[in-house]
Amino acid sequence: MSVPATQLLRVTRIRAVTDRVREIRLADPDGRPLAGYAPGSHLVVTAGGTRNAYSLTGSGIAPGDYRISVLRTGDDGGSAWLHDVLRAGDLLAVEPPRSAFRPELAARKSFLVAAGIGVTPILSHLAAARAWGRPVEVVYGYRPGEAAHLEEVRQLAGPDLVEAQGRVALADALRERMAVQPWGTHAHACGPAAVLDLFTATARAAGWPPARVHLEHFRAPELSPGRPFTARLRRSGREFPVPSGTSLLEAVLAAGVEVPSMCRQGVCGQCLVPVAAGRVDHRDLVLDEADRLASTHLLACVSRAADTHLELDL
Amino acid sequence: MTATDVRDRALPARIASFPFPFPTDTYRYSTNVEPALAPRSTAAGSWGEHVLHVDEHYASDSAECAALLAADPTRLQELPHMRPAAWDAMLYVMGELRRARPDAFGLDRLGGDRWRWRNALLRIEQEFTFGDDATLPSGPLEFVAPQVQDDLVLLDQREGALWADAGVVTAAADWSMRFDVGMSFPEIHGPVPRVHPEGVIDRAHQFLMRLQPGEAYRRTNWTMTVGRRLDTATETYPEWGPDRRLVLEQDLGARLHLRVEVQHLVRLPSSGAVLFLIRTHLLPLEDLARVPAWRDRFAAVLEELPEDMADYKGLTRFRSAAVAWLRGAA
Repeated sequence: MSVPATQLLRVTRIRAVTDRVREIRLADPDGRPLAGYAPGSHLVVTAGGTRNAYSLTGSGIAPGDYRISVLRTGDDGGSAWLHDVLRAGDLLAVEPPRSAFRPELAARKSFLVAAGIGVTPILSHLAAARAWGRPVEVVYGYRPGEAAHLEEVRQLAGPDLVEAQGRVALADALRERMAVQPWGTHAHACGPAAVLDLFTATARAAGWPPARVHLEHFRAPELSPGRPFTARLRRSGREFPVPSGTSLLEAVLAAGVEVPSMCRQGVCGQCLVPVAAGRVDHRDLVLDEADRLASTHLLACVSRAADTHLELDL
Repeated sequence: MTATDVRDRALPARIASFPFPFPTDTYRYSTNVEPALAPRSTAAGSWGEHVLHVDEHYASDSAECAALLAADPTRLQELPHMRPAAWDAMLYVMGELRRARPDAFGLDRLGGDRWRWRNALLRIEQEFTFGDDATLPSGPLEFVAPQVQDDLVLLDQREGALWADAGVVTAAADWSMRFDVGMSFPEIHGPVPRVHPEGVIDRAHQFLMRLQPGEAYRRTNWTMTVGRRLDTATETYPEWGPDRRLVLEQDLGARLHLRVEVQHLVRLPSSGAVLFLIRTHLLPLEDLARVPAWRDRFAAVLEELPEDMADYKGLTRFRSAAVAWLRGAA
């Protein structure tokens, strides 16, 4: 996958959802429509120098704005910056929505489990299920006084909501509700690791097929822009830096050396170049295990140096 | 493009915008995907500026699609869970039509989920509420399919695979949407020779599953067709199949067509389905031969093409005659 382009969006509104969670709404500064997204998608936000992923909470259908809800998790880092520094009217650097926690269109029913701030992608799934009239049920576990978006969940879910205050009540609710879902139901859960372990254990005990049990971990952004390194072209002896966020292919092309390329996602195999020296971090889908072990070639559009230097036979 | 490349000074648009698919003198299957929305220049002109290309055949292609759907409603297939994807596809296609031809198409958001669609070429005006079937004269796929020259296939992603769970196909190159509906991507491509040991289909499958919202890629595929006939579906084989044998008789340059599919692969935004757009371009050999670089390249490709690939594409009966015609046209 290519490293996605960053866009600057305007913060249109910030509101406190709980004492430790604030909702940030973003829109295009020129009023252009925003791209739609699949429920459960996340935005990668550059916040005070770090890249953090936050779930979008809307249904994703032709959205008028992007909404994320940020839990403050410490006194430095991205979430603190979003709480303490960011103001309405500011511009925020975000990468387009990425999807890795989609609902199953073919599911007979969606069984959604949220714990704590894990409610954010579940709210998105719930909104989409209601928009399309798909059967849905929600179990929301929270600590009293810290339930983000509880009113919205109640309003959307109506009678199809089970609230569980505290971990013991959540365990009971999962055991009870997961035993009675109709065949063909898909379960989606988002929350802290301990709750996800509880969820998968409960699903296993109740005989759920693993393919119908889906998890969203609090995630790090995928396919990182990579560490900077120095590339050297053996035949010309030229040396140049490859910054984080720039692919080796882009850097080689910028140096005026022609390398054929097509997909730029590590699948078509066009930009295969020979390696002269240095260890490679292979990130493509073309080379097999043997190729990677031999490491005589790499795909320059996605793969990078594993260390600080890499020499190509170009 | 150099002066010697082109015999005719002014090539008609159907030639200048034809997506000639061969970069070299030999053709093999590959995972030949590239980002969409970039013009690609050819010896005669260029193609690919937009995802959708509206050309001189728009009205007749539309009428043919509508007539085929009326005569054989099974050309449209849609498993029940694909309705959100069908709406998503319709809105995407409308937006791309407007982007390609803002003079002819309009799509306005009236507020909330209300939209207004205007197609000046077919004199259609329609207000609708996204997701509400009652606000369209038919289902979203049936409504939009005759307004676009591409075939539409929708792939649902689940259980680590893509499934062709909906589609409207009225210009199939010897396949059947009715037969393929509900199949996985690897199953659909089972009959294609050579591609499996080389991992071509598997890589394409992995690639498609990683497509992110808003990303659009494209590839080309090709075969040959006798006559300017878009519908060469398995269902109507008795109508067009015998032509493959009769082609040698006369008018080979006018009757034999290079059939090129420009396929776009798009991750639809809100349903998460993959939309596969297949646009078929047909160019008779006599038009193709007006561009000497194309004539020579296509003759070389046809001549070298391995037997199993020629057979799968249905070219066996006329390939040598086509090569001879192209060489003779020099």
